[in-house]
Amino acid sequence: MINQADTLFVLLSAAFVMLMTPGLAFFYGGMVRRKNILSVLMQCFVALCLLSLQWILFGYSLSFAPGNGFWGGLSWFGLNGVGAAPYAGYSATIPHQAFMVFQMMFAVITPALIIGAFAERMKFSAFLVFTLLWATFVYDPLCHWVWGEGGWLKNLGVLDFAGGIVVHTSAGIAALVTTIVIGKRRNLEHTPSPHNLPFVVLGTSLLWFGWYGFNAGSALAVNGIAVSAFIATNTAAAAAGLSWAFLEWIRNGKPTVFGIVTGSIAGLATITPASGFVTPISAIIIGIAASIVCFIAVAVTKPRFGYDDSLDAFGVHGVGGILGTLLTGVLASKVINPAGSNGLFYGNPKQLLIQLVGVVVAISYTFLATFVIYKLVDIFFRMRVSEKDELVGLDLTQHRERAYTILE
Amino acid sequence: MKLVIAIIQPYKLEEVKEELYKADVNLITVSEVLGHGRQKGVTEVYRGARETGNLLRKIRLEIAVNDNFLESTIKAIVKGAKTGETGDGKIFVLDLKECVRIRTEERGAAAIG
Repeated sequence: MINQADTLFVLLSAAFVMLMTPGLAFFYGGMVRRKNILSVLMQCFVALCLLSLQWILFGYSLSFAPGNGFWGGLSWFGLNGVGAAPYAGYSATIPHQAFMVFQMMFAVITPALIIGAFAERMKFSAFLVFTLLWATFVYDPLCHWVWGEGGWLKNLGVLDFAGGIVVHTSAGIAALVTTIVIGKRRNLEHTPSPHNLPFVVLGTSLLWFGWYGFNAGSALAVNGIAVSAFIATNTAAAAAGLSWAFLEWIRNGKPTVFGIVTGSIAGLATITPASGFVTPISAIIIGIAASIVCFIAVAVTKPRFGYDDSLDAFGVHGVGGILGTLLTGVLASKVINPAGSNGLFYGNPKQLLIQLVGVVVAISYTFLATFVIYKLVDIFFRMRVSEKDELVGLDLTQHRERAYTILE
Repeated sequence: MKLVIAIIQPYKLEEVKEELYKADVNLITVSEVLGHGRQKGVTEVYRGARETGNLLRKIRLEIAVNDNFLESTIKAIVKGAKTGETGDGKIFVLDLKECVRIRTEERGAAAIG
């Protein structure tokens, strides 16, 4: 039975989540050097175009068709059988296609998140092929395992409300792999400062806004769980932004704009898997934990290991996603969401173990599959641009455009 | 005293700076300029329309040196900026009449370094 309010809510949420990809483009684009901003905007935008089509043609089927525990199969190829009638396996109150298009936006932004790891040095043609293969062979299967009907991690009882595993852990681990394999950017004595911090703030604001659709929309209905996910999302982002600013103030002497927005994003990524399962107080704890752990990952661990995760895709999204998925096993409560489970603090230590299994499986699979895909594309297309192209900048060498003029 | 003005490719700035540091030349002024040399350079395309003959983006260096530093400064710039292709840029050397360090009001050779 279709509920009009639910349908409207899910469609609007899909539009919110769509806006996150351009938001991410500005979040990342402001951070790179100005000779590379267009390349980042282009990569995000082309991900939106490319993966929208992939999803309609076969991505949705691979992810959500009944299939078996490991993949959805091709029975819904080209949206065959995915129509206006609800599909009770996912939601009994909205048209099946509304669920499909909502999920499409997740499938678009997840590969786009990885861009932060190899920004300023990947060839555009190779990027296209890599993104298509990664979406098909990493995102789609993982999505099926955790969210698809009969997915084996779902059957195991893994809780992932809006994508701590499917979106953030997978993109974050892929980021770590690609940043290590592609190598550091050339001629960098130190991390370059963001060329346009206001863009980073603009991008963060769009992401924060879109995240309401991401998390609250994942309730797929206008109900108490959607409201509670909305509040948890905002609360964690606020707690994380504030605590990151204070951490910097204590450690480096000044709170920075870059810091408070990075903290907010860390909080949003971390609350994602937990958003529909936790109380507002738990959301504050999750937000603070997100800032502390991601701050250590970005400011201490990264310099120590020396990998060049240009825009901290792993340090913020990967670490946040993993942390959030584990904290869901600690702080989830059936009072908030009767369809979920209780976590460790609510007398069910087993849930933490289940979450750990989910995370370890996602990390291992993503690590291996991303590495294989990267190497394969590298053989045929060479992933990295030439040294001269990298020094001149990707905007001119990959797209023959530049973002800013000097005169006029 | 000489004033060295060099026009170089923007992406060569890091290398030129490195060579200058090696030559013990540490005081430089850098600005971004537009210019037109012999080369056509990288063509930009906006929505499919090719634009040629654009003014190209270059970096302009200004370095004031004492005479005994002149040759090593020129060599350092050439070493850092040369690719052998058109567009590498030019170096101009001018006589410098006076130099004043504002903080101490020193003048001449003592004020340059």
